[in-house]
Amino acid sequence: MNLPTFLGGVHPPEGKALTENKAIEKLMPTTAGELFVYPLSQHIGAPCSPTVKKGDAVSVGQKIADSDAFVSAPIFSAVSGTVKEIAPKMTVAGSVEQCIVIESDGQYTKAPSLLDELGHKPKPDEYVKLIRAAGIVGMGGACFPTHVKLAPPKDKPIDWIIVNAAECEPYLSCDNRLMIESPDEIIRGLQYVLEIFPGAQGVIAIENNKPEAIATMTEHNKNPKITIMPHKVKYPQGAEKMLIKSVTGREVPLVPALPSDVGCIVLNTRTTWQICKAIEEGLPVIERVVSVTGDAVAEPKNLQVPLGISVRSLVDACGGFVHEPAKIIAGGPMMGLAMRSVDVPVVKGTSGILALTSKLAYIAEESACIRCGKCVEACPMHLEPTLVDRAVRLRDYATFQAHGGESCIECGSCAYECPASRHLVQSFKNGKAFIVAERKKAAALAKQKAEAK
Amino acid sequence: MSTQLTVSTSPHVHSEFTTRGIMFSVILALLPAGITSVYFLGYRSFAVIAACVIACVACEWFWQKCVMKTKVTVCDLSAVVTGLLLAYNLPPTMPIWMAICGSVFAIIVVKQFYGGLGCNIVNPALAARAMMLISWPTAMTTWTVQGMSGATPLAAMKAGNAFKLSCWDMLVGNMGGCIGETCSVLLILGGAYLIWENIISWRIPVIYIATASILGALFGHGGLMSEIFTGGLLLGAFFMATDYTTSPMSAKGQFIYAFGCGLLTALIRTWGGYPEGVSFSILIMNVAVPLIDQYTAPRILGAPKSNFFKRTGGK
Repeated sequence: MNLPTFLGGVHPPEGKALTENKAIEKLMPTTAGELFVYPLSQHIGAPCSPTVKKGDAVSVGQKIADSDAFVSAPIFSAVSGTVKEIAPKMTVAGSVEQCIVIESDGQYTKAPSLLDELGHKPKPDEYVKLIRAAGIVGMGGACFPTHVKLAPPKDKPIDWIIVNAAECEPYLSCDNRLMIESPDEIIRGLQYVLEIFPGAQGVIAIENNKPEAIATMTEHNKNPKITIMPHKVKYPQGAEKMLIKSVTGREVPLVPALPSDVGCIVLNTRTTWQICKAIEEGLPVIERVVSVTGDAVAEPKNLQVPLGISVRSLVDACGGFVHEPAKIIAGGPMMGLAMRSVDVPVVKGTSGILALTSKLAYIAEESACIRCGKCVEACPMHLEPTLVDRAVRLRDYATFQAHGGESCIECGSCAYECPASRHLVQSFKNGKAFIVAERKKAAALAKQKAEAK
Repeated sequence: MSTQLTVSTSPHVHSEFTTRGIMFSVILALLPAGITSVYFLGYRSFAVIAACVIACVACEWFWQKCVMKTKVTVCDLSAVVTGLLLAYNLPPTMPIWMAICGSVFAIIVVKQFYGGLGCNIVNPALAARAMMLISWPTAMTTWTVQGMSGATPLAAMKAGNAFKLSCWDMLVGNMGGCIGETCSVLLILGGAYLIWENIISWRIPVIYIATASILGALFGHGGLMSEIFTGGLLLGAFFMATDYTTSPMSAKGQFIYAFGCGLLTALIRTWGGYPEGVSFSILIMNVAVPLIDQYTAPRILGAPKSNFFKRTGGK
């Protein structure tokens, strides 16, 4: 059978066997005094400002931070207790950011739901507002605020809503378990989005290595507007542009174009589940499923945890480490962030905690590029990574842009294949950061000039 | 937790490919043909092979350690591959000192002067062979098979002599020629192994061999079989033209490059001054690679379709 896919990509070992058959376990620490930490920036866009202050009592589902900016999403407490402090703390990315620290009372006293505040059953034209109010962001890891995605410009009709259930990152299986254990919520979540875009059709795209999820979803799907579409197993099948290409055949134009430019909206599985819960129960984003896995973990599990919980608690719940981990990664091995410490909080985008021993974790020295072209073959964006890399190293940013460096999706396929272990992704990130900084500088300069006049 | 965690950019896993692993596979693929040539052409073959390999590795080590004072990378085995390939391109009767001179030229002049691994613009082994062919034309074209000296099949064809070889002799390498280019069966097997291991793509060898043999036959130079199985076409197509550094990276570029190699080989074999055209064809196409690469860059996903000249050529 010829399953839809895209050109390029790689086949890293899946590693999913560790957790794919592990039912989601609920982890709810009830010890009073445990600290829950909420970074004020858990999404792409403007960071939030706290709406609570030190000493305030909070309950489960209570909003603790929000922003007036359009591209932003509020943050909620997942526990009840008191605000201990608002201070800089280390986050998953290893940087120190302003965080709200809540001391849990272990009671999980619930705050009134978003629906109680609304006072009635939400109507389709209120969905987007409710989704923003619930703090929903792309929960696959990118954390782009969902209400922004669902509010495309009026001149761009949307005809495809794609639920990204590819879960192409090796090791992770939280989306897989969610589909097996609550298929109806995901389908209803997609239905609600289709109510916002009546002209669109829905697709739930799943990689073919999740037969149980595909069977469950197909069995539960009664909506003729929704198709369950198995995809070829290949990384990065779940990257937005690759998924759009293989589902619709359309190509998202070069950056800064968005999926809505080709009539598509892509939503993560967990995000779709959250949309359903927000609309039906007024539930904000206060918990998520995290795959705690890797060869260093004693008993890999899929855990449903309250946000803000320490990663250390997750590791402890899985029996700790049996082997010494060389790398602990937040997310999957291809795009995840290597962590400096496990004493950081789980945030909205934490899809996995992966602890790899030195046997599997890749730590290698670079050697010279031999122009083998494996990166060119692997790049799903059809770039020539080695040339882009060379441009960055020469600080030749014009060539970097000419070779399409800004189109890089940082999927890591090139670096995965590179026999010389070139640090390609690092190089591209540097190049992109430089361009962004230059643009900001230019904009500031232009503003200064305008003001001087 | 007292353990030190490594923090680095993603990805955190890696494929099994390493430069050294790739070079090792190439050596593995080349060895059987070399062993057969020692069997057919005598121990002199072995002496030439050993001299080239040792000289190449020593040159690379010397240059990196004593001249450039950089990290010594002889462990990546690329110098061994160069040495093997150079030896395979020499007649077994080659004086050892000449073979060593060729190795020095290959590694120091062609490879290291241009920046070392991945930076040379032409294939070091082939460039050295070309240098030797010009410097010592007699030594480079004297063949002795089983104690009988004579011309190679292609040279005989060039001279207009009927040189009838049985298919069997052509396949196993019981004929005049360079050390590594005679045993067709093992060269094809070695090449197939590299394609199977995903180390080289089928594009360059298949298109090169097809173009060279069909055009050679069309030009009236020789039969299809003798075009393929005599001379250095197989060795060149599988092991020299596919050299990563000096061949195009994109699929489209590889098609053009391989076709160019094939066309030039057929032209030189038929009308050129040399009986053999593989080395010079590949060298000429090596030089054309940057240009080919520039015009055959793949279209970035989402880029407008008509950007063939706009994105790279027009810049």
